[in-house]
Amino acid sequence: MQFTLNVNGKSETVDVEPETPLLWVLRDHIGLTGTKYGCGIARCGACTIHVDGQATKACQLPASAAVGKQITTIEGLSSNSSHPVQRAWVEIGVPQCGYCQSGQIMAASALLRKRKNPTEDEIEAAMADNLCRCGTYQRIVQAIRRASQLAQA
Amino acid sequence: MTTQTLSRRSFLQASVAVGGGLMLGFHMPEALAASIGPRPQSTTTAVGTEVNAWIVIDKDSTVTLRIPHTEMGQGGITSVAMLIAEELNVDWSRIKTEFADANRHLRNNKEYKVMSTHGSQLVRLQHPHLMGAGASARERLKQAAAEAWGIDRSEVEAKLGMLTAGSRSATYGELAEAAAKVTLDKEPEIKKDPAKWWLLGRPRQRLDIPHKVNGSAQYAIDTRVPGMVYAAVKASPVPWGALKGYNFDAIKDRPGVIAAVRLKAVPGKRDQPDMQDAVAVVADSWYRAKTALELLPIEWDFGDSAKTSTAGYYAEGHRLVEQKGILSGKEDPMAAEIIAAAKKVVTASYQRPFETHARMEPINATVHVQADRVDVWSPTQDQSSAVTLVASQLGVDPRTVYAHTMFLGGGFGGNGGGGTAVTRQAAEISRQVGKPVKVIWSREEDLAQDKQRPMTVAKLSAAIGDDGLPTALFTRAAWFTMDGINQLGSATADYAIYNMPYLIPHRQHERHNVKTHIPSSTHRAPGANQHGFMAESFVDEMAIAGGWDPLEWRIRMTEGMPDWQLVLKTLKERSGFRTDLPKGEGMGVAVVESHGTIAAACATVTVSRRGRLEIEKVLVVLDAGHVINPHTATEQCEGSVCWELSHAWMGGLELENGRFVNTNFDSYNLLRIHQRPQVETVFALSGGTKWGGLGEPAGPPAPPAVANAIYYATGKRIRETPFRSQDLTWTDLA
Repeated sequence: MQFTLNVNGKSETVDVEPETPLLWVLRDHIGLTGTKYGCGIARCGACTIHVDGQATKACQLPASAAVGKQITTIEGLSSNSSHPVQRAWVEIGVPQCGYCQSGQIMAASALLRKRKNPTEDEIEAAMADNLCRCGTYQRIVQAIRRASQLAQA
Repeated sequence: MTTQTLSRRSFLQASVAVGGGLMLGFHMPEALAASIGPRPQSTTTAVGTEVNAWIVIDKDSTVTLRIPHTEMGQGGITSVAMLIAEELNVDWSRIKTEFADANRHLRNNKEYKVMSTHGSQLVRLQHPHLMGAGASARERLKQAAAEAWGIDRSEVEAKLGMLTAGSRSATYGELAEAAAKVTLDKEPEIKKDPAKWWLLGRPRQRLDIPHKVNGSAQYAIDTRVPGMVYAAVKASPVPWGALKGYNFDAIKDRPGVIAAVRLKAVPGKRDQPDMQDAVAVVADSWYRAKTALELLPIEWDFGDSAKTSTAGYYAEGHRLVEQKGILSGKEDPMAAEIIAAAKKVVTASYQRPFETHARMEPINATVHVQADRVDVWSPTQDQSSAVTLVASQLGVDPRTVYAHTMFLGGGFGGNGGGGTAVTRQAAEISRQVGKPVKVIWSREEDLAQDKQRPMTVAKLSAAIGDDGLPTALFTRAAWFTMDGINQLGSATADYAIYNMPYLIPHRQHERHNVKTHIPSSTHRAPGANQHGFMAESFVDEMAIAGGWDPLEWRIRMTEGMPDWQLVLKTLKERSGFRTDLPKGEGMGVAVVESHGTIAAACATVTVSRRGRLEIEKVLVVLDAGHVINPHTATEQCEGSVCWELSHAWMGGLELENGRFVNTNFDSYNLLRIHQRPQVETVFALSGGTKWGGLGEPAGPPAPPAVANAIYYATGKRIRETPFRSQDLTWTDLA
């Protein structure tokens, strides 16, 4: 089935089964590989993107359900890594292997849209689905606090 | 008795202040930092003159350093660049990096010495030749200047990319071509004295960070080759089961499906787990391949392996540790005799289940078999092996195989051997379908068929003397590996038990290597991870039985060993370790040596009456001799602690009817952000000739430190993992 998606402000027409998870459409059909496959069951967060500004796991969202919505991937968060979350991630030096970090950054940026100064509990609740095997968690918490400052500076 | 109430909040606030302060020192404006591209795997892109295999200098003095190692999150690119740049003496902002060419390495008789990244070896074992490459290039630049100016080389100074002698000067770029032709009489010595270093030992921002915040970093799973097709694979759910048949007709008309490929086990390789019998479904997208594979009827012959289970293996292990095993370490018949005759004896049995790597990047490989060459994109820690593995599967000359080094979405000891099974699968499928193919293991396949960390049972007994210190220690371990191999990494797996440093007059250790059908391999800090928990928990059991404070016990029992004393006394000073906290709160310590580094941990926990565990803080103190990049070294220690606690607290692969049953992150649930301990890292460095690794050693002492803290919080001794399955409830009455 052919349909058109709005990804990072661009129209992308794809021809796939309607139930195909958006993750695979982004990666294999549109070529945006920054969004990662980790588990396929929405339990690791590596595929986190924004759909109409909300953090969403792309591995469990049928592509056809995203028609008419604004889809933002890590590649579209900013054109030059200037989003406060990206700047904070660089400053604190969060990533190690980096594989989960697109999802971490998308989850964190969606949180900061809703809550300018999130509490630690709010940070933990918003990030609890995003698994990191390198153990960068304490730097993620620091970097979200720093991004909150940068966004309001 | 003094009491101290611990709150998670106070620790976090304190650590943010500390961390924030440090971070300011670490921050490097991007424009001033060295750089690497998002596609580092590209065949050489350096422009300029190759002074040696590692170093290319352009006329404008841009220096490209070729990195022979894998970047799997450990900061390898940055460390290698720093080691070479220290001796070459170039401006850090003029450095670019690219991965070295594995094919060239092979063609030129291992030109880069080592193209495999494991065992926390990069800095500790490879610094001599990496620093040597920088020193050699520097001296040849100086010689070229000396010849041009008609003076002696000793009169030329090389500093930050400039060559000077009196009023004369030239850039490295101007003399690179001449330097490339210089032959030195004798290669220079490297700078061994840290006091003389100008770059090493100072924190540097990682060079790969910019590409890891915008989605541009290219991992093997991101490989796209024109004309590429995709494959999903399934090996026998009971590992090493035989494939009897499958019915391709049932799925051949599904959209995008191209073929099914039968993959035959590679025999005789069971000590290096390789390719099993498997079926691959090939399609024009991976999602179509995966969904078709799920519908493919497949028949297997599981054989007797289907009778095995975690519970069965534990029973077998506990039976075996009552029997004589193979000696590890020194024989001392007195150990058992003293224990048999002793007035006071402590005995305990421990067990730990299989664990899996669960790298965030699922196992995958892309291979393109062409008429005259083969290209391989594999997330491997060992590029050399990827080349030879693919060559052996295809029966082609290894010199025609090109392995492209990619960023790895985690390694943790699981990506050795060239990627082994998946790389071989991709090679075979590409040959059969005549197209480039990307194979991805679903997360379920990844967890079920990975090379697993072996399960282990151990029994430890000690005689306690009148002074409360042990007079003899007798231990046995049984561990469960593919074909009963006992060596993963550099030492037999149980070294954390028999190599305990303590001054116990009589000790003997025996092991049983039990054959299983489960593929096994190295897993971050192999051996030290599961056996360190057993050894260091039992140390607390011995100390407490003898009326000793566990930290004072360890200090006393390592008297005369300066490196251990340095680490333990620093831990004592920095941790405020105490055993008199109110019930429900506890501190615990442990110390394990691995990869040449002594690592001690102090964990602080709270346990609610209902048994809810929170790990507030883990302080780690390490002696690695030297640290070249304190920033990446600290990150590795934070990560190692989280890694071990992920498995000790949350993990536990469950084997039933010969197969693993918890094979995704809903059921194999690892450490999450709200469960993180605050990790504080302190380096207590003895210096000198000692060079220890830092990618792994901070992990092993963390689980026993936590278990020892749980004991003080609850009165309960934890002798198995995962902690989440243990009853940690307590009452004020007990």
